[in-house]
Amino acid sequence: MTAVATRTVRRVVLSAPVVAVGGALALTTLVMLVVGVDPSLAYPALVRGAIADGNLEYTIAAFVPTLGMALAFALPLRAGEFNLGGDGQLAAGGVAAAALALSAPLPPVLAVLLPLAAATLAGGLVAALAAPLSTRLGIPAIVSTLLISAPAVSLASYLVRFPLGEQGTGLAQTPPLPAAAHLPALTEGGYVTLGLPLIVALTGLWLYADGRTVLGYELRATGRNREFARYGGVRVNRLAAFALAGGGGFAGLVGGLIVLGPPYRFVDGALTAPGYTFTAVAAVLLAAARPFAVPVAVALLTLLQVGGQGMEREAGVPSQLTQIVQGLIIVIVAVFATVRARRRRA
Amino acid sequence: MNILEWSFLSGVLTATAPVLLAALGGLICQVAGVFNIALEGQLLWGAFTAVVVSDLTGSAWAGVAGAAVATLLFAGLLSAAAVSLRADPIVVAVGLNLLALGLTAFLMRQIFGSGGTYTSPDLAGLPTLAELGLDVPVLGPQSPLVPVALLLVVAAAWWLGRTRSGLRARGVGQHAEAAAAVGLRVGGYRHGVTLAAGVLCGLAGAQLALGNVTLFSEGMSAGRGWIAVVAVMLSGVRPYRLLLACLLFGIAEAVGFRLQGAGLPQQAADAAPYVITLVALVLAAVAGRRRRENA
Repeated sequence: MTAVATRTVRRVVLSAPVVAVGGALALTTLVMLVVGVDPSLAYPALVRGAIADGNLEYTIAAFVPTLGMALAFALPLRAGEFNLGGDGQLAAGGVAAAALALSAPLPPVLAVLLPLAAATLAGGLVAALAAPLSTRLGIPAIVSTLLISAPAVSLASYLVRFPLGEQGTGLAQTPPLPAAAHLPALTEGGYVTLGLPLIVALTGLWLYADGRTVLGYELRATGRNREFARYGGVRVNRLAAFALAGGGGFAGLVGGLIVLGPPYRFVDGALTAPGYTFTAVAAVLLAAARPFAVPVAVALLTLLQVGGQGMEREAGVPSQLTQIVQGLIIVIVAVFATVRARRRRA
Repeated sequence: MNILEWSFLSGVLTATAPVLLAALGGLICQVAGVFNIALEGQLLWGAFTAVVVSDLTGSAWAGVAGAAVATLLFAGLLSAAAVSLRADPIVVAVGLNLLALGLTAFLMRQIFGSGGTYTSPDLAGLPTLAELGLDVPVLGPQSPLVPVALLLVVAAAWWLGRTRSGLRARGVGQHAEAAAAVGLRVGGYRHGVTLAAGVLCGLAGAQLALGNVTLFSEGMSAGRGWIAVVAVMLSGVRPYRLLLACLLFGIAEAVGFRLQGAGLPQQAADAAPYVITLVALVLAAVAGRRRRENA
């Protein structure tokens, strides 16, 4: 091998994502061995659960909301704001979409577009509540978004159970949405919907805006050094508010996409229970400030997440193991980032 | 005063205690310049380990000690990553909170064989002060950890205001370079407060799982660690104000509980502590801003 190739290989092997995923998998294997699970059974079960036996459709179906939530976290993060309130924004979007779709009979195409727009708006508004708290009052967004999230989830849960709830079944869910509001399916099972190309297109748009537009530059400048950006003429407070609202809009849209997809109703807890929000947080942090790596990291963690359920079914390993992996990945990425920054300085 | 009102005050104190213990941990970290938002995960880990040890040994006090030690070790991860290796404490804490959530849910299934909620006759809860012979109103139905939490507020105020190490910890927080220049070991103080916060979160978890109730359920910390973070922000790093902030949360939870009994939906009771804490935080920040503008 030539010297250049060796150096390239070394750089890839020692890059933060590879070390983080490798380290997290090593530690997870250790956890398996400690609790008496055979990794040689668990890992094949994980892979089968994610891609074999028709499970790939579920994995792609889970990739869509996770990628959307990754944008919800990544967009404000570029401007230096932590949006941990994804669950509340997601629930608000879902409930807005369901309410609109159930209350007004709409013509075919609008019946999908308007609820999605309402969902985006609702998510954006919930996230925007945190913006003045952060920019005017100095309350960190990481705290305010999270505090706003809990009541938003409670409110959505209340609305879905009572005013919007299905009468007579006693189940905490809305009635099924009218057929015109169903997202067109792309696969036979119906789980992969038009949401996939939509989110992929929005991700492309975000990547373009982040790297190639003035707005993206100003967002990044605000995130890197707020005082410097202000000095350079960037209206940082407005930009931070925009970033938070935009992130919330993505989360709200995801809520709308889930509700307009199978089973075509808002089932209480179904939006927040799969943990899209924090899988997305882990993926974005794993991508380590490289926007183009975000979809890859999301795909990887979605495989883990969905595969984890297969592992639970086949090998009896609780699927919460994947949450452990995600937590470890975040910690390792954080440690690795500083260790390398210090080495570069030295 | 009638019985109902005593029981309300008692309920306030019960709801306050775990948050107060965790918030004391957050406060001493803040004093020394460590922004600790890993309280939520540590509180959950403390609750889980308290239940595991109490269940295995049949002794609630062993559970308390086990939670303190286990959470000290868990906090060691934060102190190693954020203090020794100087990783971003916010990102590390986000990861550790997720880790605690996954680890407790995973180990719960491995140890107790099922998820959701675990309770058992083998699981020893903390005795009440009334059972220990101190049958007074309000404090009587509390576990001994509740007066301990209140005394720790006094102890924290004394440590920060009257002792050499407390003043030095404040110096480390106010100006790390200056503190280092006069020969203080900045890292040492920061390790110390981070680990001590772990012990306090362990106690908070034990109080939550063996005092307030006698069970463990997934995610039972339910945002209390985040409320504790807010309480620290509200307190302006003063222990007595911290107590007031935590009492505010306790009142919100107790009122929510009452209203639920009176027919209000459960979701309103769930949301009340967050809404009230958030409103208090906003009012305090507005007042602080006005004060700065007038000055």
